[in-house]
Order: sequence, then C-alpha cells, then structure tokens
Amino acid sequence: MGIDFDKALGLHPEALKLRAERTKILASNIANENTPGYQARDLDFAATLASVTAEEGGGLALDTDALYRVPNHASKDGNTVELGVEQAAFSQNASDFQTSLTFLNMKLKGLAKAISGQ
Amino acid sequence: MTFRNIAQIAGSAMTAQSVRLNTVASNLANAQSAAGSEAEAYRARKPVFAAVAERAGGVAGARVQVLDVVQSDEPVRRAHEPDHPLADADGNVYYPNVNSVAEMTDMMSASRAFESNVEVMGRVKQMQAALLRLGEG
Repeated sequence: MGIDFDKALGLHPEALKLRAERTKILASNIANENTPGYQARDLDFAATLASVTAEEGGGLALDTDALYRVPNHASKDGNTVELGVEQAAFSQNASDFQTSLTFLNMKLKGLAKAISGQ
Repeated sequence: MTFRNIAQIAGSAMTAQSVRLNTVASNLANAQSAAGSEAEAYRARKPVFAAVAERAGGVAGARVQVLDVVQSDEPVRRAHEPDHPLADADGNVYYPNVNSVAEMTDMMSASRAFESNVEVMGRVKQMQAALLRLGEG
C-alpha cells in the first residue's frame, strides 16, 4: 500500500498556486496605478479553486480570464485602480498564501512521521 | 515562473515611476530658465504610460511601459524684461510653461507609487523565501 500524495495533501497545493497567480494580478493592479485607461482585475478565488479541483487529474489549467473590478469611484482617465482596495487585497492574499503554506508544511511533517514510523 | 513575473511587473512600475520623477526633476530645475524666443523656451515634459499584458503561463499580468515623454503644449509665459541679457528686440523674455504646484503633486504621487511597488516586491520575496523552506524543520 502506497501513499497517494495528491490525496494526502488535499487542495492546499492548488490553493497555493492559485494564491501565487492572484498575487501576480494584484501586483499588476498596483503597478498600473498611474496608467491611463488601465482596468483593475481580480480572480474569483473560490470559483476558480472549485473549477480547478473539480477537474479530473487535478491539474491546474488557468485559462480562466480574470474578472474586471467594479470601482467605487469613477476616474477621469478611465483607470479603475483604487490603491487602498488593491493593497488590502494584496496583503490579505499574501497572508492566505502563508496560511496555505503552513498547512502544507504540517501535512508534509505528518507524512514524514508516517513514513519513518514514529 | 510566477514569482519572477511578479518581480518584473513591480520592477517595470518602479522604472516608470523613476522616469516620471526624472521629468519632474527636470521640469522643476528648469522652471526659471528664461529664453530669448518662444521656440527656445523650455517646455514641461510628461511621460506617457501604457499597460502591456503578458501571458507567460497562467493568468495574464500587466507590466507598465513608458511609451514616450511628450512636451506640454501649454503656452509659455512671456515677460517684459528689457534689461534681461536674453531679451529680444521688443524687450521680452520667455519662461517655461512649468506649473510648480502640479509638479510637486506629481512628485509625491510618483514617489508614493514607487514605494507601493517596493513593498510589493518585498512581500513577494518573503513569499518566495517561505516557499523555498517548504518541508524543512
């Protein structure tokens, strides 16, 4: 009887990868704060994770397009980046990344103990 | 690799904001540079930014690119100073169309935006370092 690592680790590896992808989108939003006409985007994290884990084989096929953010206030140059919103999202996303990483580390430690028979 | 893309995105924004700070410095430095004719007068420079989508695996990010640095077409200020060494036949000199207040606010906006991107880069570095320690201890 072997250990199925994909099953043992749960959805944390997928979540981690999705968090990293979301970091890229949020970093793009912050980077383009002063670009005229730039429209801020974001992932629907829960929906994307659900669609990724529902797929057979469990591979991450991120061909889903990011959704456009609805701004609280209009701006004259058509830019929809609101720095406060983006910074909050970025910070929360980074914390969630660390959380997934910690869970993954705990799972790996558990597996290591099981393998060494402690 | 995602993290390298993020570093490139934040880096492109930092470059763009540096260009912007550069033009502000140039504009403020030359704000009082008089010239003998309208054509020779210094004109305020402004960078033009554009978002460049990059799809290198996964979802698309967007870098910032400086498309061009354009000169302001606001009219330059004409002053009647006959004893100025650069004055023309009518005793006029021409001062740049630099708006110091606008330049100062631009400078603050650019430095804040630069700082935001430095923070992003620092945080991403932490995330990558944490990922590298996965499975340790």
